[in-house]
Amino acid sequence: MKPVGIITRRELASYFATPVAYVFIIIFLVFTGLCTFYLGGLFERRQADLLPLFKFLPWMYLFLVPAVSMRLWAEEHKTGSIELLLTQPITTWQAVLGKFFAAWIFVGIALALTFPTWITVNYLGDPDNGAAFAGYVGAFIMAGAFLAVGSCMSALTNNQVIAFVLAFVTCALATLAGYSLVTDWSRAFFGGIASWSFWGEGLRAGIQSLGNLLTDGIAGLSFLTHFENIMKGVLDLRDILYFALVIIFFLLASTVLLDARKSK
Amino acid sequence: MIKTQNLTKNYQGLLAVDNLSFSAEPGEVLGFLGPNGAGKTTTMRMIAGFVAPTSGSASICGHDVATEPLAAKTVLGYLPEGAPTYGEMTVAGFLDFIANLRALTGENRKSRLDYVIGRLQLEPVLQQTIDTLSKGFKRRVGLAQAIVHDPKVLILDEPTDGLDPMQKHEVRTLIGEIAREKTIVISTHILEEVDAVCTRAIIIAHGRLVADDTPSGLKSRAPSGRLEDVFRSVAA
Repeated sequence: MKPVGIITRRELASYFATPVAYVFIIIFLVFTGLCTFYLGGLFERRQADLLPLFKFLPWMYLFLVPAVSMRLWAEEHKTGSIELLLTQPITTWQAVLGKFFAAWIFVGIALALTFPTWITVNYLGDPDNGAAFAGYVGAFIMAGAFLAVGSCMSALTNNQVIAFVLAFVTCALATLAGYSLVTDWSRAFFGGIASWSFWGEGLRAGIQSLGNLLTDGIAGLSFLTHFENIMKGVLDLRDILYFALVIIFFLLASTVLLDARKSK
Repeated sequence: MIKTQNLTKNYQGLLAVDNLSFSAEPGEVLGFLGPNGAGKTTTMRMIAGFVAPTSGSASICGHDVATEPLAAKTVLGYLPEGAPTYGEMTVAGFLDFIANLRALTGENRKSRLDYVIGRLQLEPVLQQTIDTLSKGFKRRVGLAQAIVHDPKVLILDEPTDGLDPMQKHEVRTLIGEIAREKTIVISTHILEEVDAVCTRAIIIAHGRLVADDTPSGLKSRAPSGRLEDVFRSVAA
């Protein structure tokens, strides 16, 4: 698996060879800062934890992570460098992994640079640093899921704008599926159907529970649902497994898509 | 050596390469000629494993490109059309990256890198990013990448495109120099190049093989004895 490391190193260096990396990191930090201190009310809450930071991360990722992932494959196809890369003695899977890890480390660096918030909280109070650490680990793993989706969308097209929009929409669906607005609406919707008068009494209860099951199922597939436990500092193996499966699935899909383009 | 058998590529109804079978042996420099759009690049991409054939097969040194891609790619040096590289990298950084992927180590790595840098006169631009280089330098960086691991088989898609006459001469001399124990295929539409470097030439038109001969054999086919006339008559 040595080629993976070689590709990761090259990719990571190329992020910092252009202003893109610095622009991204600065914008990420400015926005997370604004969200944490103004929207999240870090000071006003008078609680020493990082919840105001983590709460807004999925929404921050939604806009910024597709901006990182859009170039992964679309740019290689555009410049033709993909032909150079894939005719080296490596497999497509190694190339997919190498590029994914570089993007993941890059977003990880941006995430780590929010450490002043952690210092602030520690200065002002006595937070549960274990929970803070768990939150950071979870936030990093969730970034991987967003990136894997983005990698897959970038493998679909030569156009970075299209790659961005596709990744944004897919991630938005995956995030929103667990948002209370959606789950409440879904429950109300099925409740409404169940209340129609022509169902028998037994059927009504069945429809109601089927609706709840569907709502929970959709919410269970959501990034948000799985991150909500993590950001409170609860690192549940099931949540980590969920994100790991999302990552593996979308990276495999990227590989399949790239290989399929060869025989187009 | 390179061998293709009934290689065919059909791009959604457009037959780019049609039942192409040929082989090239070590010591040969095979010129791959044909008008634009004849299927030269598609054929080379299929041999390099970047494009999957619709039917037929290609092998490099006995390794089938479809079933043993890694073994085939390991012995191959390939210059893709347009010599793509990573523009934001420096020349030194880029060659280092390729040497890593080619698993070159120790003394051999250093001597191979020194050789390609010297032979393709890349010293003055080693620390420059590739984006800032002239077309001629970019092409030579692409060539350096293709030969750095001393491959047994070389496939070069228009290696002298964009070079000035001096650089063209240099590259042809280089190809002649390394040709002895290697199998080399170069595509070109510059006919003088065939005379200058090739031991054999094949002409394809509309994806089909229309001539396969030595340069002098080809020339004798036209009353005028000029390669250009042969090319025009068979490629039409």
